[in-house]
Amino acid sequence: MAEAFEQAALALTAVITDPGAVRPLERIDLGCEAPDDELLLAEWLNALVYEMATRRMLFSRFAVRLEGTRLAGEAWGETVDVARHHPAVEVKGATYTTLRVAQEGAGWLAQTVVDV
Amino acid sequence: MELDLFEKRSDYEWEIPRQGAMRVPAVIYASESLLRDMDRKVVEQAVNVAALPGIVKASYAMPDAHWGYGFPIGGVAAFDAEDGGVVSAGGVGFDISCGVRCLHTDLRREDILKVQQPLAHELARAIPAGIGSTGEIRLGEKEMDAMLAGGAAWAVQRGWGEEADLERIEEHGQMKHAAPGNVSARAKKRQRDEMGTLGSGNHYLEIQEVTEVFDAGIAAAYGLVQGDIVLMIHCGSRGLGHQIGTEYLKRMAMSAAQNGIHLPDRELACAPIQSQVGQEYLGAMRAAINCALANRQILTHLVREVFRRMLPQARLPLLYDVSHNTCKVEEHRVDGGTRKLYVHRKGATRAFGPGHADVPAAFRDAGQPVLIGGSMGTGSYVLAGTRESEALAFSSACHGAGRAMSRRQALETWQGRQVVDDLAARGILVTSPSMRGVAEEAPGAYKDVSAVVDAADAAGLARKVARVEPLVCIKG
Repeated sequence: MAEAFEQAALALTAVITDPGAVRPLERIDLGCEAPDDELLLAEWLNALVYEMATRRMLFSRFAVRLEGTRLAGEAWGETVDVARHHPAVEVKGATYTTLRVAQEGAGWLAQTVVDV
Repeated sequence: MELDLFEKRSDYEWEIPRQGAMRVPAVIYASESLLRDMDRKVVEQAVNVAALPGIVKASYAMPDAHWGYGFPIGGVAAFDAEDGGVVSAGGVGFDISCGVRCLHTDLRREDILKVQQPLAHELARAIPAGIGSTGEIRLGEKEMDAMLAGGAAWAVQRGWGEEADLERIEEHGQMKHAAPGNVSARAKKRQRDEMGTLGSGNHYLEIQEVTEVFDAGIAAAYGLVQGDIVLMIHCGSRGLGHQIGTEYLKRMAMSAAQNGIHLPDRELACAPIQSQVGQEYLGAMRAAINCALANRQILTHLVREVFRRMLPQARLPLLYDVSHNTCKVEEHRVDGGTRKLYVHRKGATRAFGPGHADVPAAFRDAGQPVLIGGSMGTGSYVLAGTRESEALAFSSACHGAGRAMSRRQALETWQGRQVVDDLAARGILVTSPSMRGVAEEAPGAYKDVSAVVDAADAAGLARKVARVEPLVCIKG
């Protein structure tokens, strides 16, 4: 599940820019908490949205550790460079529309719709 | 979408009768062709909204409706607090009080064409746009709270605009009963560098020409004549509104059960109006409305400064400012009586008809101006509120074209540079910090705004007054 959360974070960046163009130069630590896995996914994405907005950064590498209802995460990225990143949209927040976290076969699914 | 889901009330009114958990019917205003092209999820969401506690009359969707989160975008729903009614963060949207402002100039096309390139360049320099951009205004804690309580009136007091602007803004530029104390430190921090910024995505500033007048009488009341140049600004409450939406969506989802609300889906998160979280949200949401009004006011000032340098003879009075993501307390006629209702409009514009006390005196006989933003290549519209809209959808109309294609599809279909070149060949100058953003916002990615506006007009939601077409577009 932690890996699915990391991939969801990468997908979040892909909405804005090509994650391959974002250099993992600086690491930030963040944590969040929610009563269940699905709200925790939305919280994790919203924590990243907040960091992107207030630090004016984009992230391309993520590490997530889950302990019960708590998430401790790390994100690596760099300051937005408009000329290089061509950021298309600003993500306003993660919604609860189609929000789902579930084990499917050998893997995990983590999905939601973000508002841009 | 299949039409057999609906009972057809008229060529532009389609109803899903009350069934299952629905407390009221769901009504979509659209032409047959717009309805066929609508996503089925619009109906699912309108039906889900119809099941929420305290909803009055019907759950409505406007002709530009597309699927959103919880409520459809283009959704209108009114709730009665006395009847257990709810307020919903998803029913307002994350970009609280996103809206359109129109400035009316005394310029003509030739005046703009003489300076089109340098004017676009100077506007793009003066208006911070796109991701990572910051404004020059930094608000300390006290000033932030003053802004959240004062809205555009605060901005005018600080020198960003003119007193006369305020009467041309909904709520006279200041949403009452805002509670800055209900806005978190995180939301305020997110706004710290974002006052006077345009944002990104579908936000823009355009210089437009009035190319067609449909109702000469109302146009005259608004001061609009064919060939006039106007400016439209589309943006909202920036990071502050987004953060408030995010935080209260979670609080509403988590408190629903203890408030006795059964949510068929979490995306419908809401709280009773009379609950603590409901009241706190309303105070914070109103503060975000003030943030949006202040932001559009500051942008107006920045635009006027550029014109003062480039076209010093020009005057740019405010025609009107509308918000299209709000929940407002209004009085409406229901079943022969007057009720105080909490009207959610998400991607829908308030459209008060002639004679309404909240319409500025200068327009009172004509009805409230309704500003509809189109895509950058097609044009936008000025409409007027009608008397019949009160009975149709609590005096509401559409807000824009609505997307016809996902951003990914658009990116696969168009190149940003090509879109800019094609529009330049048609005399429309586009500037943007992101060519990918331009591709995602290509005119072809949107529904035909004319079809949407025609449907709103034919349904009686608002009356077509004028069409405007862009000459310069500063994209976020």
